[in-house]
Parts: sequence; C-alpha cells; structure tokens
Amino acid sequence: MSVESQLLRFTTAGSVDDGKSTLIGRLLYEAKGVYEDQLASVRNSSVNRSTGPIDFSLLTDGLRAEREQGITIDVAYRYAATPRRKFIIADTPGHEQYTRNMATGASTADLAIVLIDARKGVLVQSRRHAFITALLGIRYVAVAVNKMDLVDFREDVFRRIETEFLAYANSVGLKNVAFFPISALEGDNITEKSARTPWYQGTPLLEHLETVDLGEGHNFTDLRFPVQYVNRPTLDFRGYTGQLASGILRPGQTVMTLPSGRITKVKSLPSFDGDLAEAYPPMSVTVCLEDEVDISRGDMLVDPARVPHVSRRFAAKLVWMHETPGEAGRDYLLKHTTQTVRAQIARIRHRIDINTLAEQPANKLELNEIASIQIETRRPLFFDAYAQNRTTGAFILIDAITNATVAAGMIEESTADSLEPLQLGSLEFSGETEATVTPAERYKRAGHYPATVWLTARQELAGMLERKLFDLGCSVHVLADDRESHLLPELARVLNSAGLIAICSIASPDQTEARRAQQLAGDTRFLLVDPQQLPVKDEEASEVLMKMLEDRGVLRRKERFEVGEGI
Amino acid sequence: MESRVLSHLRALEAESIHILREVVAEFSNPVMLYSVGKDSSVMMRLAQKAFHPARIPFPVLHVDTGYKFKEMYEFRDNLAKELGLNLIVYANQAALDAGANPFTLGTQKCCAQLKTRALLDALAAGGYDAAFGGARRDEEKSRAKERIYSFRDKFGQWDPKNQRPELWNVYNAKIEKGETIRVFPLSNWTELDIWRYIELEKIPIVPLYFAKEREMLVRGNSIIPLEHNYPIQIGEKPEMVKVRMRSLGCTYCTGAIRSEAETLPQLMEELVQFKRSERENRIIDHDTEGSMEIKKREGYF
Repeated sequence: MSVESQLLRFTTAGSVDDGKSTLIGRLLYEAKGVYEDQLASVRNSSVNRSTGPIDFSLLTDGLRAEREQGITIDVAYRYAATPRRKFIIADTPGHEQYTRNMATGASTADLAIVLIDARKGVLVQSRRHAFITALLGIRYVAVAVNKMDLVDFREDVFRRIETEFLAYANSVGLKNVAFFPISALEGDNITEKSARTPWYQGTPLLEHLETVDLGEGHNFTDLRFPVQYVNRPTLDFRGYTGQLASGILRPGQTVMTLPSGRITKVKSLPSFDGDLAEAYPPMSVTVCLEDEVDISRGDMLVDPARVPHVSRRFAAKLVWMHETPGEAGRDYLLKHTTQTVRAQIARIRHRIDINTLAEQPANKLELNEIASIQIETRRPLFFDAYAQNRTTGAFILIDAITNATVAAGMIEESTADSLEPLQLGSLEFSGETEATVTPAERYKRAGHYPATVWLTARQELAGMLERKLFDLGCSVHVLADDRESHLLPELARVLNSAGLIAICSIASPDQTEARRAQQLAGDTRFLLVDPQQLPVKDEEASEVLMKMLEDRGVLRRKERFEVGEGI
Repeated sequence: MESRVLSHLRALEAESIHILREVVAEFSNPVMLYSVGKDSSVMMRLAQKAFHPARIPFPVLHVDTGYKFKEMYEFRDNLAKELGLNLIVYANQAALDAGANPFTLGTQKCCAQLKTRALLDALAAGGYDAAFGGARRDEEKSRAKERIYSFRDKFGQWDPKNQRPELWNVYNAKIEKGETIRVFPLSNWTELDIWRYIELEKIPIVPLYFAKEREMLVRGNSIIPLEHNYPIQIGEKPEMVKVRMRSLGCTYCTGAIRSEAETLPQLMEELVQFKRSERENRIIDHDTEGSMEIKKREGYF
C-alpha cells in the first residue's frame, strides 16, 4: 500500500452458512489484514467450526454472543490492504431479520459481494441481497459462487446460477454484475486463477476488487455543498465548512445559497495547508464567500444553473429499522445532509415484497420492511433523487420521543404526487440536464429565473402582473383556465422549462392542482398566495407579488442584468 | 485532465474532519479524550485542520492514571502550550490516595479504577454530552462493531446488541440529558494508515515510539519498563535493551518490543515485516477471551 493508493469500500451479503465469514477471513489473510497473534488466538480458540486447521470465520465474528450462537449479528468493519488499494469491508449478516444491517453496510459501499452457495443456488435471500444492493445504489456487484469444491467445480452449476441471478439483477436495475466461481475454504479463484476451473475466463476475486474503476462514480457537475458549521474565530473571518457532496468548488465561481436563493461568488478556499485552487468530492473544506450573506448550518451552496429540488414534499423508498412500526401521521425527525427537520410520513403508498417485488397495500411498516412512501416536512429540503446523488438523496428518520434511528430513506426521482400523469400527447419536457440550451443560458438571456405564480379569482391582477413583469424585461405568460384547468400545472411546467414566468389564473380554488403545480415547479419557484392575504387593490397586490418574486431570488429589479460568470 | 480520486489517506482525512465538525455543530459540550499516543496525535491534527484558522473549539481531556511515562507528560504539556489547548487533566484521586496501583491490584481492577472509573467521573464532572476518542476498529474484534457515534446510557455503558443503525455519513446525535455519545473519528483508520499519515503530515509524536537503548526488565517474552518503582523479583536485573513502544499506555501494561527502528520509514518497514497486532503487548486485552468487550460494556473506551 502506498501513500497514493485508493480506498474501496465494499459490503458482503450472504445467507447463513454460505461461508461469508470464511471468505472475509480468507481475504483478510491474503490481503495481510490479519496479524500473527490474532491467527494464533483463533488457532487456540475452543471453537472450530471448519474442517481445516484454521477456522477463518473466527477472525471476523467479533462478539461473544454471536460466537456462542455461531452467527454474525451486527455490522462489523474490517480492513485490509494490497499494494494497490485499501479496503474497508462492511461485514453484514445474512440472517433474515437483519435487513437493516445489510442496508447499513450497503449505504457507504462502492461494491457488494453477494455470496451464493453453489449447492443451493439462488435463494430467496440472494434476491433480497440483490434488491437491497440496488436500493442503496451500490455501483458494482461481485457474485461469489462459493463452495465450488462441493459441486466438483462444475461449469453448468456456475452458469445456471449466473443466468438466474442476472435475470433478477436486471429486473431490479443492477448494473456491473460480475461472477466468480470460488472456494473460500480452499482458496480457489481468490488471489489466483484456480487450476480446477479451466473453463473460467475472468479474474480472481481479489484482483477484481483491486481494479474496479472508482473515479466514474463521482458527480463533478452539480455543485452541492451542505453547510455543516460556520467557523467565525474573528469578526473578519467567516468560513462555511462542510464536505462536498458533488460538483467542484473554485475561487471566483458563482454559487447560489439555498434557501435564500441569493447569488454570490466563492472568495477563497482556505485550509490548514494554504488556500486551495479547487475542491472536489468527498473533500471536507472551508468556503469563504465574496458577499456578506446570512448562511447557517443546514443551508446549501449550489450551482445556480443546476439547482436541486426544493420542496416540503417528496416520494421516497424507506427501509424500516426498528421494532416499533412506522405509521403515517406520526411525528419524526428527519435528518438530511446537515439539516434536521420535523417530518411525517404523509402516506404509505405500498410495501414492497423484496422476494417477489410485489407491491402490497400497508397501513404501517414493520421492522425490515421496505416501502414506497410520501414524506412531508415542516421546512423545505434541498434534494436530488438518490439515484442521482447518494448524499443529497438520502435521509434518516429519528423517533421524536425515543431518539432511536427508525428508518433509512432514499428519495425517488419523481417528486410529483401519485396522481395519474396527464395525457399530453407527444409533448415532451426538455430534460434539464440533457437540453442543448441549458437553464443557465436561458437565465443569462432572460435575466431572471422561471417561476409559477398561482392566482385564484384575480383575473385582472394576473393581467397587471404580467404587464409589470413584461415591462421590466421578463419573459412571462398568463395561463387562464377556461375548460382544461387540470392541464395548468403541466403547462406552467413547460413554460418554466422554457425559462418563462407562468401566471396561472384560475376561477375557483383547486387545492389539488395547486399542489401539483407546486411539486412540478419546486417550492422556491412557486408562488401560491392566499387570496385573503393579498391587498384588494390590484396595483398594491401586484407590488406585493413582485416583492415576493424578488425575495425568492427569481428576479432582481435593481441589478437585473448583472449575471455572474460561470453560469 | 488529472484524476479527481482522493488517495485513501485524504479520503480518510475528509471523513474524519466531517465527523469532528458534525459533533461540534450538533452537541452543546463536546470534549476530546487525549491519551498522548500516536492516534491522539493524529486526531489532534485533524481537529486543527477541521477548524482552521480557529483554535480547537473544545477542551481536551487527559485521564491520567499517574502511571504514564515521563516523556508522555512532557510531550503533552508542550503540545498543549503550542496549540493553545484547553487541557484538562483528571485522575481518580480517591483511588490513588487509597493506594491503587497495577502491581498489587492486578491489571483488571487497576484499569477499572484508574481508567474506566476516572473517565466516567471526568465526563460527568465536565457535563460533556459528546466525547471524541481515538479508537480504531482494526485494533480489536469487539471494536470492529463499534459505531462512529457510539451511544452510552446514563451509566456510560455500551450495549452492543442495541446499537443505532448508522447509514451514509448521516449521524444521529439525539440524546437525553445524562446520556452521552462517544465519537470515534478514526474508526476507519488502520495502524499503518496512522503511521503513514504521521509521516505525510510530519506530526510530532512521543519519542518512545522510536527505538533507543533503554533500561528495561526482561522477563520471559516480556520487556518491561522500570518507571514508577516497578517491583523487581529476586534474581532479576535490569539491562539496557534497544527497544521501542508499539502503543503507549501505563508503563506497567505497555510491553516494549526489541527494535532497530529509529525513524518513521524504518518503523513502517518493521510494521509491514512483523505481523503482530499492536495491542498484543497490552496486557489488559488478553486477561480473558473477550476481555475488551466486557470492559467496553462497563464504560471503557
């Protein structure tokens, strides 16, 4: 291992008696993660469950309780290194009731080793492991078909398992799956290709672990910097500290602060070792900004051209991790990046049977169950889908009374409600990341951000607001509901993605549509005003609305055309 | 384009700094346990980095048994001065006054009084709600299951069967009054990582880690330092041996090893060569099988 070697975090999953502990013990032994005295203490141990001279599994089974029961009961972390890589191994139990431990180990892993007993083939548990691996967003899967020695190293046995597992892996969306015919006990295809599997063309398992590409998993494009702690040792130093979740930070770069929506620039990246020229994930850094802006823990610095979703409502997958069942309507604390907010499960959409992938109705969530749910938080969160960003898409739920960590959540792609999608023919929304004209370019030309204003029973106000915004140089359009009011949220969304401010003027209150429009636009870009709160006079009311749009950073009247570099 | 993959040491550094800042942001009264050893030295450097240009924003607590090496005390006091640390030294004075010592009490009872009891009392006296420790998961098997945020009940006890699940880098800092969290920023570091980082960062460490001719008592496989009036048995005679300490504890419980390693590169070379785990020379871990787990349940770090 050199100073420049890289770090691979992997997790292991297997059923009881798949030989998982033996495999890890073997990997530790081969990768020099075991010391002589530890080996001696295993040799001297009163227990030897193996047939060989060394019971490798004893190297990894840490606690007395489980040593006595003969099963691994909690996540344990192991360390090994070869000249090329350092490994952090999350050793997780395969026992049925410990799904939560596997999810825990998987949450930080780049790769998962799924063990399958060659004699037993793909079991219910193997599918569960594959499902959780996919759910927690692990990029690489190595399927270790173990105990090949007990099936005479037959290729047909291996191929059958390969075919069956791949079919399931595809159905849950797993990519980068590789298969290894091994014997952990006898050491076949662990460090060297085994002479007993001449039909196997791939690399030994350890070599695979040393060579999988670690660079491609990082997102260097979408800046996400959750502010952890504001460092203010003196009156003239104010540094925002945190760990970069994605994107790159450089001095001079234009950034937006959330939730305020204010735009400023990075002044410097001071560090103990001098100012940095750039920072990239997962570095922990300190950021100083050009302007005096009011930022505290829980806020986020983002790229103004690639903003995250900002909302109090989103859909998520949840792994329930506690004996006390989860229920809709109960109060929880939700910790997401560096923010902790009060939250409720607004609705349990369905439970997922991880053996069959069937969706089942559910009123509550039991330990180790996985469900698709709707979350509602007291304050808006700034998030991305978990599939896009493993940091800004992840959260935990904490019981507000017992303080126990009760669930792990992965935010889903869609933040819209479960309402049926509307039929808009061949109309397609331009994807914000793949568009040839980016939102940043639209912003640069328009001088303002897109937004949706939702007005009920104020047709004339809608017209006046449109006029004022237009005269200011904004691209704006009123959408009035004649007959097709249910189309307004989507139409507003289309205008927004074209960079326009959409004013939806509807005749009578419609909460459902308003909510959907809000979800499509995102909280900071959506203005829903209680008609009771708005001045009766249109002139005054339009000024209030203009002010609100300014406050949210949608437009800036005074310095409207000053657009920072880099966006 | 140059590669933007952090080396493993920088990745570990980033993780540890994130943990240090998270605790300072979320707890009202954190403290850092400082043992003067190499792991503590690394943890201190990480804290300097996490809060630069500010000083380390929490007190540093040394639980002193009174049986440490003289060189450790000197090193500690110099470092505290240099970094402007708020250093708190705590000892179980009642037990020391009653004559507690490892020679007559036995290592288990001595440790329970002078380390575990002293630690729990010190934490209670300071009203700390979080305490950083430099323990690593690779040190010992029961430590491999330790969380980064390790919940302790009102009595400072660890319940390995009822640990909070810990996912991503999202740590649960919620506790009630009287409960505490032990935080281990170095959880994912190995002994070799620590040494490589000390070399990379040029971190000062206690000279006892390097080989030198020292007056020692050789008894069987053990090489025992003679500070604190170690009771010599009839027929035994101290001799000069070229040794170094692989880990630093109390003089009686820290066995020395014969070594020629006078520099960091030599030391790491030696470490890679002889594959004996570092706590092996610590007497306390080996009293009975699983002894560390029993001690941890009672409140030991």
